Amino acid sequence: MLPFFVGRLTQAMAVMVAVALVAFALFTYVGDPINNMVGEQTTRADRDKLRESLGLNDPVPLQFARFVANAAVGNFGISYRLKRPVDELIAERMPATLELVLISALVSLAIGIPLGVYTAIRRHSLISRFILTASLAGVSLPTFIIGIGLIYLFAVHWGVLPSFGRGEVTSLGWWSTGLLTASGLKALILPVTTVSLFQITLILRLVRAEMLEVLRSDYIRFARARGLTNRAINFGHAFKNTLVPVITIAGLNIASLIAFSIIAETVFQWPGMGFLFIQAIEFVDIPIMAAYLVMAALVFVTINLCVDMLYFVIDPRLADDASTLPVQSR
Amino acid sequence: MKVWKYSGALALVLAVVFAVPAQAETVLRWSSQGDALTLDPHSQNEGPTVTMSLQMYEPLVGRDSSMKKQPALATSWSLTDPNTWQFKLRQGVAFHDGTPFTAADVVFSFQRAASDSSDFKPNTKGIVSVEAVDDFTVDIVLEMPNPLLPDQITNVFIMSKAWAEANNVVEPQDYKQQEETYAIRNANGTGPFKLELREPDIRTVLVRNDEWWGLSRDPHNIDRIEFRPISNKATRVAALLSGEIDFLLDPPLQDLKRIDGTSGLKTLRVNQMRTIFLGMDQGVAELRTSNVKGKNPFADLRVRRAMYQAIDIEAIREKVMRGLSIPAGFVVPPGVNGHTPARDARLPYDPAAAKALLADAGYPDGFSVRLDCPNNRYNNDERICQAVVGMFGAIGVDVDLDAIRKSLHFPKIENRETDFYLLGWGAPSTLDAQLTFLLLTHSKGEWNPTGYSNPKADALIEALPIELDLDKRNAKMAELWKIVQDDIVYLPLHHQVISWGMSDKLDIPIVPNNMPQFRWARLAS
Repeated sequence: MLPFFVGRLTQAMAVMVAVALVAFALFTYVGDPINNMVGEQTTRADRDKLRESLGLNDPVPLQFARFVANAAVGNFGISYRLKRPVDELIAERMPATLELVLISALVSLAIGIPLGVYTAIRRHSLISRFILTASLAGVSLPTFIIGIGLIYLFAVHWGVLPSFGRGEVTSLGWWSTGLLTASGLKALILPVTTVSLFQITLILRLVRAEMLEVLRSDYIRFARARGLTNRAINFGHAFKNTLVPVITIAGLNIASLIAFSIIAETVFQWPGMGFLFIQAIEFVDIPIMAAYLVMAALVFVTINLCVDMLYFVIDPRLADDASTLPVQSR
Repeated sequence: MKVWKYSGALALVLAVVFAVPAQAETVLRWSSQGDALTLDPHSQNEGPTVTMSLQMYEPLVGRDSSMKKQPALATSWSLTDPNTWQFKLRQGVAFHDGTPFTAADVVFSFQRAASDSSDFKPNTKGIVSVEAVDDFTVDIVLEMPNPLLPDQITNVFIMSKAWAEANNVVEPQDYKQQEETYAIRNANGTGPFKLELREPDIRTVLVRNDEWWGLSRDPHNIDRIEFRPISNKATRVAALLSGEIDFLLDPPLQDLKRIDGTSGLKTLRVNQMRTIFLGMDQGVAELRTSNVKGKNPFADLRVRRAMYQAIDIEAIREKVMRGLSIPAGFVVPPGVNGHTPARDARLPYDPAAAKALLADAGYPDGFSVRLDCPNNRYNNDERICQAVVGMFGAIGVDVDLDAIRKSLHFPKIENRETDFYLLGWGAPSTLDAQLTFLLLTHSKGEWNPTGYSNPKADALIEALPIELDLDKRNAKMAELWKIVQDDIVYLPLHHQVISWGMSDKLDIPIVPNNMPQFRWARLAS
């Protein structure tokens, strides 16, 4: 177990450095931040001075080396747009994103898995057909349309939910939570619905497909032949075996939501990390973009690791021989 | 006993009833696309940031809602000799933290605004020194005479020297410091509102400054201002429609009708001090992106005139801008000294004449060139470019459009890498056209990548700031205006129009610099 863990950590570092390198190579194409940082009447000489002092005239490899050297000692620089340390900004925005994503994930699992199981077991019932048709809408509608649609219905038309923001938040140490106030909870409803709609349909369809596959396999037939109850077959045998791919996909989806729930955060002016990132791109805020992409790599690597750990729990065969672990599932 | 009991209860009920204040707090909730970049009043010379500063900080000389100069922290000003402006300061004013305001704060603030890391250096240009004569008199000594100095310093905000020193913010933040300074999220001005809460990008809460000296002149009734930026257009409008905000600075053009049609909401419009135009590199020997080799078509006045007359500005106004633009005759907007309606007249739209001019210049079949255009800077910028591309096509000029983000577009102009580009230009803080001419049409102008160079125009531009006789100055301005217009240095398009959306309970004058000041606001309950 330990060598596996250490191996994974080394991999993680390599991934993060590679992401930073690619990011820096791309920054050249995002443009010049200087024009966003000074007024219209600022002289050419002052612009050049600022550009020089930020090191923007240096070759990319040098800029990259400087970033890595500073990051190694925990210094990610200062945001061009907000003029505050980048690590502080990301830490400040993280609770908003994590609350949104984790609650959405819970909602999608809580709704998606039962619906998936149901539609697999009662394949031909009218309700199953209805659920599957409705889920098509969930997969095919883009997030921003769902978000704007919900805003127009619930905020503008009925006036029952806020159209933007996080409501009142409470500070618990460095963590700011919207879960403890009524306005914070109300503010969560529309963004959570928007984010989870796609996830629900995805999990539903995945669970259903896997379940159908498993239900066709020999050991299920054998179990039926033994006269086991439907309940024992469906939940004790079939369902458990559908979980490995579901956890993999759900885990990766959570990672990508944490790192890039940009659209939902933009539509609802949700003060999370994805929103911070999109505004950084708009402004060419290089320190934030660089630190953020590295952090996103970290999130992916960590979640992947957690997913791999979960395999041990679900599939006891793996514990016997760690080397047979699926290195990178899907 | 029983009676006593009940009367006690009655007294309690009465106490509760009367303890409720007679008037509830008047809260103004507003939104805009972007937040102020900092609260430091000398760090960023940019619209939303200056708008925020204007609520909390004050300059010596301010502007009223019709953009005329108005006493602020100075009560009067006069020239004591050609190079010295003397300002009499307002007495009995205190900063929000209670420190009294004196001449030392003015001296300090001008030094701070002129420091290396300040973005307001253009506003302190030409100032040699600022000297305190006594506690309430300040002399501003200039390099050379400048009649526009009071106009030039309308955005130089006054900070408390004691506060800045105590909090180690004697200079605006330098990016090299690698840390946040105190003035980024804290403010201490003399203005009508005090900072209560600052969460960048999320919310900023200001409260009424009851001690403000100007309450009798600007009797606003706002107790509390809550600003929450919303970057997404559709969400912004939804927040206004749903009544979550009372004031929206930048409703999208396509939603104005809807806002007007909603009961309880209204829009206001005024021409903005920003002009959109096209620039052509007429100085380079051969265009970089043209099929014409060995010569530059734009160097020929007839070609520039043909391009001008090919533009159907009314069509752009109606179809692209939904009526929200004012056709322009030059890059100086109305409201700026030098602009007159006559000077804002355009050459007529005449594609036939344009074709004849092209043929005359030796391009009967036209030529090709690339147009560089930003797509996230001005109102409908990319669609304006698409429209003109079609119009140039109609006279045979084949224009290839390259619409990109502003952070990629502006370096092209700055590095002089563009043949043909779209740009917008705002009003200088002096509200005088001289600076626009200097930057945009002088042969060494920092924003003149066109290679236009006319010694006569250069001489006039240089003569304007030192001409103290108003009539002579106006005559020179008129002459200069005619030269650059006749030379067709630029193809002017239009002045932008601002629109604000708001609850009809709110009464606030719209201003052409697009910076609302809530000291003018009244909100009915």
